[in-house]
Amino acid sequence: MKNIRNFCVIAHIDHGKSTLSDRLLEHTKTIDKRNMVDQTLDNMDLERERGITIKSHAIQMLYNHSDGQRYTFNMIDTPGHVDFSYEVSRSIAACEGALLLVDATQGIQAQTISNLYLAIEHDLEIIPVLNKVDMESAMIDEVADQVIDLIGCKREDILLASGKTGIGIDDIMTAIVNRIPAPKGDPEAPLQALIFDSVFNSFRGVIAYFRVLNGRLKKGDKVKFFHTANEYEADEVGILQLNLIPQQQLEAGNVGYIITGIKESKEIKVGDTITTYANPCPEAIKGFEDVKPMVFAGIFPIDNDDFEDLRDSLEKLQLNDASLVFEPETSVALGFGFRCGFLGMLHLEIIQERLSREFNMEVITTVPNVSYYATNTQSERFMVRTPVDLPDPNYLRTVEEPYIRAQIITKPDYIGSIMTLCMEKRGILTRQSYLTTTRVELTFEMPLGEIVFDFYDRLKSISRGYASFDYQMIDYRASDLVKLDIKLNGDNVDALCALVHRTKAEAFGRRICQRLKELLPRQQFVIAIQAAIGAKIIARETISAMRKDVTAKCYGGDISRKRKLLEKQKEGKKKMRQIGSVEVPQKAFLEVLKLNE
Amino acid sequence: MLYLHIPFCKQACHYCDFHFSTSLRQKGALVDALIREMELRNDYLSERVLSSVYFGGGTPSLLDEMELAAIFKAIEQHFQLEPQAEITLEANPDDLSIEKLKSLRDSPVNRLSIGIQSFAEVDLRSMNRAHQAHEARACIENALKMGFDDFSIDLIYGSPSTSDAQWLENLRIAFDYPLPHLSAYCLTVEPRTALAHQVKTGQALPVDENQATRQFNTLMVEAEKAGFEHYEISNFAQPGRYARHNTNYWRGKPYLGLGPSAHSFDGHSRQWNLANNARYIQLLENTQAEKLPASGLYEIEKLSPAQRYNEQVMTSLRTQWGLDWKLIEPQFQAHFLQSAQEFLASKHLVQEGQTYRLSREGRFLADHIAAELFYLG
Repeated sequence: MKNIRNFCVIAHIDHGKSTLSDRLLEHTKTIDKRNMVDQTLDNMDLERERGITIKSHAIQMLYNHSDGQRYTFNMIDTPGHVDFSYEVSRSIAACEGALLLVDATQGIQAQTISNLYLAIEHDLEIIPVLNKVDMESAMIDEVADQVIDLIGCKREDILLASGKTGIGIDDIMTAIVNRIPAPKGDPEAPLQALIFDSVFNSFRGVIAYFRVLNGRLKKGDKVKFFHTANEYEADEVGILQLNLIPQQQLEAGNVGYIITGIKESKEIKVGDTITTYANPCPEAIKGFEDVKPMVFAGIFPIDNDDFEDLRDSLEKLQLNDASLVFEPETSVALGFGFRCGFLGMLHLEIIQERLSREFNMEVITTVPNVSYYATNTQSERFMVRTPVDLPDPNYLRTVEEPYIRAQIITKPDYIGSIMTLCMEKRGILTRQSYLTTTRVELTFEMPLGEIVFDFYDRLKSISRGYASFDYQMIDYRASDLVKLDIKLNGDNVDALCALVHRTKAEAFGRRICQRLKELLPRQQFVIAIQAAIGAKIIARETISAMRKDVTAKCYGGDISRKRKLLEKQKEGKKKMRQIGSVEVPQKAFLEVLKLNE
Repeated sequence: MLYLHIPFCKQACHYCDFHFSTSLRQKGALVDALIREMELRNDYLSERVLSSVYFGGGTPSLLDEMELAAIFKAIEQHFQLEPQAEITLEANPDDLSIEKLKSLRDSPVNRLSIGIQSFAEVDLRSMNRAHQAHEARACIENALKMGFDDFSIDLIYGSPSTSDAQWLENLRIAFDYPLPHLSAYCLTVEPRTALAHQVKTGQALPVDENQATRQFNTLMVEAEKAGFEHYEISNFAQPGRYARHNTNYWRGKPYLGLGPSAHSFDGHSRQWNLANNARYIQLLENTQAEKLPASGLYEIEKLSPAQRYNEQVMTSLRTQWGLDWKLIEPQFQAHFLQSAQEFLASKHLVQEGQTYRLSREGRFLADHIAAELFYLG
C-alpha cells in the first residue's frame, strides 16, 4: 500500500489536462507512443471533439522512481463541467492527492476553484502545476501569484510544465511520489469500496470503477451495494490500464473495476459503497447522494413515426448515462415524445447532440424548465416537472423554485455588465472578492430557472469570453411564478407553456407572440396569438387572413415552375401540426424556442 | 401551337425574370439558330398544322423585317398554318412606329400584345420601362390607325408607385379605346431580379397585399362595366376575343417552344431549353438532329399522372370554364371531390353540374386552393 498513489487532475476545460495525461501515460510506458491517439482518456468522439471530458475515467500506471522503487499511480480523471459536480466530488473522495493544473496563459477559472475547494474539503494534497509554460503568452509570475493566493502554498511548490513538449513531467512524477501520501486503510477490515464511476460496455454490461478504502475484494465474492441494497457476484475484478486487466483480488488503497453482469447503468449509483455479503462493513462511505435531474425538457421526434426509434435511442443513451431520465409525454402540439430530465444545460446539449450524432435522430426540444415544488390550497406539496402540470392559479398556494449559488470569475472591466445581467436574472450579489488585481470573483444567489435559457450565451458575449461560471444548488425558495399559456385562436399550445416570474411574464409573452407572428403562415382566417396568465390575456398579436394568393402569370414555362412551387408548399403543409383550427409548421416550434436570437 | 422566344431587350425592366440579353449583337445569329432548331425539332408535335404562333420574349418587336421574314419562311417550310391561325407578336410601345406597324401589317402577324404596363410616367420609370407615357397612348392609336383591330395590352397593378386612383385612371384610359383584350398582372417580386434586390436593400417597397387586393377588385369591377369577360385570372376579353394561343396552355394542349429558355409540352412531358444565348447558338451550329437529345440543349421532365392532374387543377381553375370533373383521371376523382368540399363550403368554389369554378372570392386565393386540391403521391 505504501507504494500506491491515488490522485486526480483538477483543471478547467482547455487547460491541457488531457494532453498532460497523455504525457504521463507515455512516460510510464502505460501506452506505446505509436498507439497513441491524442487525448487517449477522452474516448467518446464528442469528448474528443469538444475537448472536454464528459465522463470520468481512471487509469493505472506503473512508475519506476529514481529511489529504486516501483510505484502504482492511479490517476482518476474528472469531468470538467458544472453539471457533473457530484461525480467530481466522488472522484475526489477516491484520491489522496490532486494535481491542480492551471493554464499559464489564462489563469484560474471559476470551475477550477470550485473543484479545488472540493479537493481541499477532502484533505487532498494539492500539487499546483502551471501548464503551457512554453507558450509566449504564458504569464507565469502572475498565475503563480493567483495560485499562492488561493491555496497558500510556497512559490517553489509550484511546478512548471508543458504537456505539449513534455517539460516538467519528471518533476510531476517525483512530486506525486514524495508529496501525495500513500493511502491508509485496513486490508483485514470488512470490505468498504467507493464507486466513483461506471461505464457501459455492450459485451460486458455495466463496469463499475471503485476505490477500496478497507478490506479486500476477491473475484467470486458475493457483494452487496449499500444504497441500492442489491446483491451480486463479483464475476470479474481487476485493474484499469488502457484495457481491463483481471486480478484475483484488490486490496485496500487500490483502484479497480468490478463486473457483475449488471445490464443497466441505473442499477449502479455513483457514490455507493460495495461491501461483502458475508462480512459487511458497519456503515456506508459518507457523501452519497441520489443525483436528481434539475433541468427538464420535452424531446419530440420531428416525424411522429420515429417515436419508437427515439425511445430506443434514449434507452441506449441511458445505458451509459444513468443521470438521464425520461418518461413518455404527449403534447397536443408535438405529438408523442418524452419528458427528459438532465443534470444541467450542458448535459441537455450533450444528449441532444449524441441523439443526432450517434443515432441520427432529429428532434424538437421544448423550452427547458427546472423542477418546482407546488403547494395547493389543500396544503399538499408536490414536485412539478412540466409547467403544464402546475395547478390552476385558483388552487395554487405557493410555488418554490430551485436556487443556486453562482460563482463568476472575470476581469474587473466586465463587473458592471455582468451585474446587470445577473440582476436582470433575479440574482442577488452576496460576495465580491478580488483574487488578484485583474481577477474578480462574484458570487450570486439566483434561480436556476433563470440560467436554463439565455444566460450562458449572454454571459459569454458581454464578457467577450472572459468570464467563467460555476454553480451549486442551494435550496428551494418560494417565488412569484406564474404559468404562461400561449394560445392560438383560443387553443393552448402546450409545447410553449412556461413558468415565468410575474414581473417578466409580460415581456416574455410579448416576445413569444411576436416570434410566432413572424413564423406562422397566414391562413384563410384571422389568427389571434395570445399570451395568458390564467384567464387574463397579457399580450396579443394578430395575423390577418390571407387576402390574395394567386400567381399573376401562368403560361408555357410558368406552368411546371408554379406546379412545383405549389407542390412544395403542400408538402410543407403535411408536416404542420394542427392546433385547434390553426396549422403550425414544425419549424415554428424550433424557431420560437430560440428566444435568445 | 408554336412559341418562339426572342431573348433581347433594349433595357431590363426591374421586375422581369424572363430570359433576355440587353446586348443585341447576337440577334442575327440567334435567329439563324432558332430557324435551325425549328428544322431539327419540326417533328416534336404529332401534327404539323399550327392553330397559333406566338412570338414572346424578351422583346420580339426588336426583330427587323428581314429576320421576321426569314422566320416565317421557315415556319411555312416546316409547318402548315391553319387559315385562321392566330399569330401574336409581343411589342413594346417604343418600337411601334408607324413604319414598324406597317411592316408588321404586311407580315403574317395578325395580333399584337403590347407591353403598355402603365400610362403614368412615374410607374414606367420605377419599373425601368424603355418607353414613355405619351408613347403608351400613341402606339395604341397608331396600331388602330394601321388596322390592327386584334390586339391586347398588358397592364401592371400593385406596384408601390401605382396609387389606387392611378390604377383606375389606367383602366379608364385603356377602356376608352376599342380594346378587344387586356392582360392585367399583379406586380410580383421574383427572386434574382433587380426589383428583388431593391426590396431586399430597402430601395423599393414590397408589394402591399391590401393594395394589390383592392386594385384587383377595381380591375374586375371596371372590366365588367366595360363589357369584358374575366376569362382567366389575369386575362380579360370582349366576348369571343380570347387569346387562343394562351387559352390552349390552360387546356393542356401540346406546344413546341423554340429559342433559349423556351418550354415545350407534348402531353406527357415538359422540356425546356437552356437559357443562354451564346451556348444556344453554339449548340445549334454544331449539333446534328440525332445528337440533339444528348446535346444539353434541353432538359426533360416526364409528368407522372399525379403531376398531370395537379397541372390540370392549377391551370383550369384559373379560367372561367373551370374544371370538368369528368376530365379528371379516374384515380384522382375521389381525391378531388373530397378536397373540394372545404372550398365549396367556404364558397370559394362553385359547382355547376360536373363543373367546378372559382367564385369571385376564390380568384383571390387561386394558388392556395389549387395547392389544397393537389395530389401528392
